[in-house]
Amino acid sequence: MSEPVEEIEIQLLLDALYRHYHYDFRHYARASIKRRLLQAQKQLGFDSISALQSAVLHDETMLPNLLNYLTVQVSEMFRDPSYFRALREKVIPHLRTYPSLKVWVAGCSHGEELYSLAILFREEGLAEKTIFYATDINPAALKAAKAGVYSLDRVRLFTENYQQSGGQCSLSEYYTADYGRAVFDQSLRARTVFSDHSLVTDAAFGEMHLISCRNVLIYFDRELQDRVVGLFAESLARRGFLGIGSKESLRFSAQADRFSEFVREERIYRRKSR
Amino acid sequence: MTQGLVAIGASAGGVQALSHILPDLPADYPLPVVVVVHIPPRKDNALVALFDRKCRMRVKEAEDKEPLTSGTVYFAPPDYHLLVEAEGALALSTEEPVNHSRPAIDVLFESAADAYGAALTGIVLTGANNDGAAGLQAICAAGGTAIVQNPDEAEVAAMPVAAADACRGALVMTLDEIAAHLAKTVTQ
Ligand SMILES: C[S@@+](CC[C@H](N)C(=O)[O-])C[C@H]1O[C@@H](n2cnc3c(N)ncnc32)[C@H](O)[C@@H]1O
Repeated sequence: MSEPVEEIEIQLLLDALYRHYHYDFRHYARASIKRRLLQAQKQLGFDSISALQSAVLHDETMLPNLLNYLTVQVSEMFRDPSYFRALREKVIPHLRTYPSLKVWVAGCSHGEELYSLAILFREEGLAEKTIFYATDINPAALKAAKAGVYSLDRVRLFTENYQQSGGQCSLSEYYTADYGRAVFDQSLRARTVFSDHSLVTDAAFGEMHLISCRNVLIYFDRELQDRVVGLFAESLARRGFLGIGSKESLRFSAQADRFSEFVREERIYRRKSR
Repeated sequence: MTQGLVAIGASAGGVQALSHILPDLPADYPLPVVVVVHIPPRKDNALVALFDRKCRMRVKEAEDKEPLTSGTVYFAPPDYHLLVEAEGALALSTEEPVNHSRPAIDVLFESAADAYGAALTGIVLTGANNDGAAGLQAICAAGGTAIVQNPDEAEVAAMPVAAADACRGALVMTLDEIAAHLAKTVTQ
């Protein structure tokens, strides 16, 4: 049987996005990409994936729209509280020993993970000596991350998570409520560099002490996961830490032997010195 | 890639229904079995421990990019969608809930239908919503075997009824018949 037309169209659209805009989704986990492309086609009102492809090639104002489908922006502050508790209790004591720190939040979405870490580092007295790098490929997400504004009904969940993560104050000390929105304190991101960086097509960052990249690897196929885990190994200082999502693991990765498990249940790894 | 796949979706009353079907399958069952049960997002996955005790097949929580192997039952982790990739591996995703559920049965069934086509058996068990209906339709369209639990014996009939409506070619079976149907695969 010949390949289904839809699969051909999807491959062509991904090739076109790469060749024209340099956005490379070709090695994303295909089943999920297909779902989201079909959703985009339907909701944006196209008869076929080819029609969607034509529109996005000829009209670059379509691109942000499509990116919002191709990237998944679901996040929470202090998502999986036990991860942040493990950082606080097990990783921070090691980080404390360095004179200055670099932390990379890769795939930062709307900033939920970044602000969680910024709050954690402030409470542990490390904020002043830390530079955060927050990166994503979706410009709209980066813009939202800089703003740090979330609807108050989400903040209820964030607060619950924060408390379970071992938070020392009340989350409300870090934001002001305003017309149904929580505006997070801008001083939290005073030492953050936001940048448009793709884990797929861009180079390594230097000498990070902690990389937190949660729920991004699951969107990649195995080959791309290997590349990105290799990029993390290159971007980490010796004995630097890598935290990934609670249902992600390095177990199936060809790069696994460059890391040792540090907190196994929380998927926190440490780069081997050699 | 395994020669076939069984995908099962269940919601309210699902644990009991699955307890009728899964424990009888032999340890060397020739296919993998992938299961989505609607569970509250912040619960530990107690299903794996429960069914590991009851079943002869190996039972585990599905992991991202894990290759499917025969003789194994995979449960979707709470708060993640579970998908099947074309090369016969599992994938997880935190995309928005579908039919108010994450994991959603439709997401599993639609991706599994793409990957396995006619070699897929999809089963919709008891439940109070209509998740699984669109997915079962996709399974039929791809030439797979579609089965719904007989609504008369289902603890909650809504889900199998919706699935049978969406997928006219679906076989309607009692739990005993489903168990017998799956067991037949062993002798084939
Ligand atoms: C599901 S969100 C994860 C948000 C947060 N890290 C968390 O765990 O809650 C995935 C993020 O990865 C970003 N992303 C996808 N592909 C990427 C790439 N190639 N490089 C960097 N970020 C990427 C998406 O834009 C999205 O913001």
